[in-house]
Amino acid sequence: MVEVRLENLKKYFDKGRVKAVDGVNLTIKDGEFLVLLGPSGCGKTTTLRMIAGLETPTGGKIWFGERDVTYLPPKDRNISMVFQSYAVWPHMTVYDNIAFPLKIKKYPKDEIDKRVKWAAELLQIEELLDRYPAQLSGGQRQRVAVARAIVVEPDVLLMDEPLSNLDAKLRVTMRAEIKKLQTKLKVTTIYVTHDQVEAMTMGDRIAVMNKGKLLQVGPPTEVYLKPNSIFVATFIGAPEMNLLEVSVKEKDDSIILEGEGFEIPLSRDFKELLERYIDKTVVFGIRPEHMTIEGISSLEHVKRSTTIEGTVDFIEALGTDTIVHANIGSGQIIKVKLPGHIPLEVGSKVKIVIDLDNIHVFDKDTEKAII
Amino acid sequence: MNQETKFMLKRLAFYAFIFTVVAWIVIPIIISTLYGFALPKDYYDPKKVIPTSFTIKYVKTLLFTLGALDGIKNSVIVALITIAISFAFGIPAGYAVAKFIFPGKDTIKLSIVALRMFPIPVMAIPLVILYIKLNLIDTLLGVALAHTAMALPFVVLITSSIFAGVSTELEEAGMVFGLTRLGSFFRITLPLALPGLAAAAMFTFVMSWNEVFVASILTLSHRTLPAQILSIMAGASGGAAPDYYKFAAAFIMILPAITFIFFARKYLVTMWGITLK
Repeated sequence: MVEVRLENLKKYFDKGRVKAVDGVNLTIKDGEFLVLLGPSGCGKTTTLRMIAGLETPTGGKIWFGERDVTYLPPKDRNISMVFQSYAVWPHMTVYDNIAFPLKIKKYPKDEIDKRVKWAAELLQIEELLDRYPAQLSGGQRQRVAVARAIVVEPDVLLMDEPLSNLDAKLRVTMRAEIKKLQTKLKVTTIYVTHDQVEAMTMGDRIAVMNKGKLLQVGPPTEVYLKPNSIFVATFIGAPEMNLLEVSVKEKDDSIILEGEGFEIPLSRDFKELLERYIDKTVVFGIRPEHMTIEGISSLEHVKRSTTIEGTVDFIEALGTDTIVHANIGSGQIIKVKLPGHIPLEVGSKVKIVIDLDNIHVFDKDTEKAII
Repeated sequence: MNQETKFMLKRLAFYAFIFTVVAWIVIPIIISTLYGFALPKDYYDPKKVIPTSFTIKYVKTLLFTLGALDGIKNSVIVALITIAISFAFGIPAGYAVAKFIFPGKDTIKLSIVALRMFPIPVMAIPLVILYIKLNLIDTLLGVALAHTAMALPFVVLITSSIFAGVSTELEEAGMVFGLTRLGSFFRITLPLALPGLAAAAMFTFVMSWNEVFVASILTLSHRTLPAQILSIMAGASGGAAPDYYKFAAAFIMILPAITFIFFARKYLVTMWGITLK
């Protein structure tokens, strides 16, 4: 079990024309569960493959503790990996698949047997040991792949979208199981996914990537509550954060955000931060769950709030939640997420309550967070 | 016409098609086998379709007196050497074409196929002269080398499509769990590619077995079976051989190829419950 350190890690393809990974600096603590999150093509899988040794970096260094592993072949890194397609070898039985890493490392026979049984028991696949992978379901193959990955007690466990080929129900079960397993084994884990729910529920910390760059690293709640850019803000959370273009105005010694048909007064604390944006356009962001509709439900623990008016445009009833699409004038739609079933009709006028402690303001050009 | 009769007619047409294809292949094999052992008076008799009296005389003469047995031996040796050499070069080339991106890849793939456009008779004289200079003339190795040149393009193309069918992640898993790239190829990719490679071996064997032109011009005393049969049939003894030798020769020609395919067949379709190209 080690700490993994990426120093200015780069991978360019096609003679530098495609910058898949462009200068990533990241430290994954010993025993930590880190989730690399991002859309497809953001460089997260390439980063993982470089840590595995399956790709050679164009630049930068990879450290496992005090060991420089940048150019070591995968077999000398003491890592394990769970692949997206599981990569369970079809010409070996489940037992041989799990035992393979141990056989290569020349463990004694009874030790191999003991460990295979241990891993199989942990993943509840003891009765499948004699079968061939072709006789297993997707979920069972997934378990075999995980058992094979943990049987050697690796320094670093790498997972490349391991749940993406499972059906929705099984994904939820496996999510919890993998997380519990990792907590139990305390192995440094790097988990790649494009699914923000997986990232939020499994990661000790989340590293959000886009276009080969690392945008933000932090615990799930921090990334969710304090996104540092528009990309992170909209990538995490469903339905995604509402974004509205507003202009910053000074009014009676205070700052307000003025949009078309609505005004949002801001706390004095933000005055300094927004001073240089006065009379300029910024992007205002508010999550659907940080709003409510007056007379329907109340936001608990809300200290300061403001209301804007709108007309109900569309209602998505999800059973547990209701998402109200409200038109707040000039065709601007904002989504409000309310718990339970909401007796509202399309076309009715509503007052939307905004929790002022959970608002975000972004620079329009750099897309970085100001508040 | 109702749904049911339409369905029945479709089925009927399907089975008729299957029957025709099978008959197309099987009937000549049955006829040459039957006639290879029949007495000439039986198939010259216009009232008889299926011969009733048999002998092994002609097959025996052909095999032991006229040198067909040596021909079979030579053919098998040549085919095996051809498989060995064309696989030794073809497998790495096929793997490279399937798994790696390198400059000139498409050109190489195209030129591999283009090689086969050369009509071999054009190269016959230069080839013989070259073989005389290299002391390869009238040797089995020489014939095998020529057959390798003919089979290699196809071996490269077939194996590359086989290797493309084996997931790269399986091989990478091998590397992650303790193997070198080469080790992963031998322990993971190669076993999984075996059914396809068996098919490629079969193809190469049959190609070498059937090839008559190059074998005839490059050998004199060490002839492969087709070359040996050709020289018997075309009348080494002056004038064409009688019909009963032709039938016996046809039987001898097809027997080993069919036997080989029969044994290699099970590797073709499935292994370990998985299907590969």
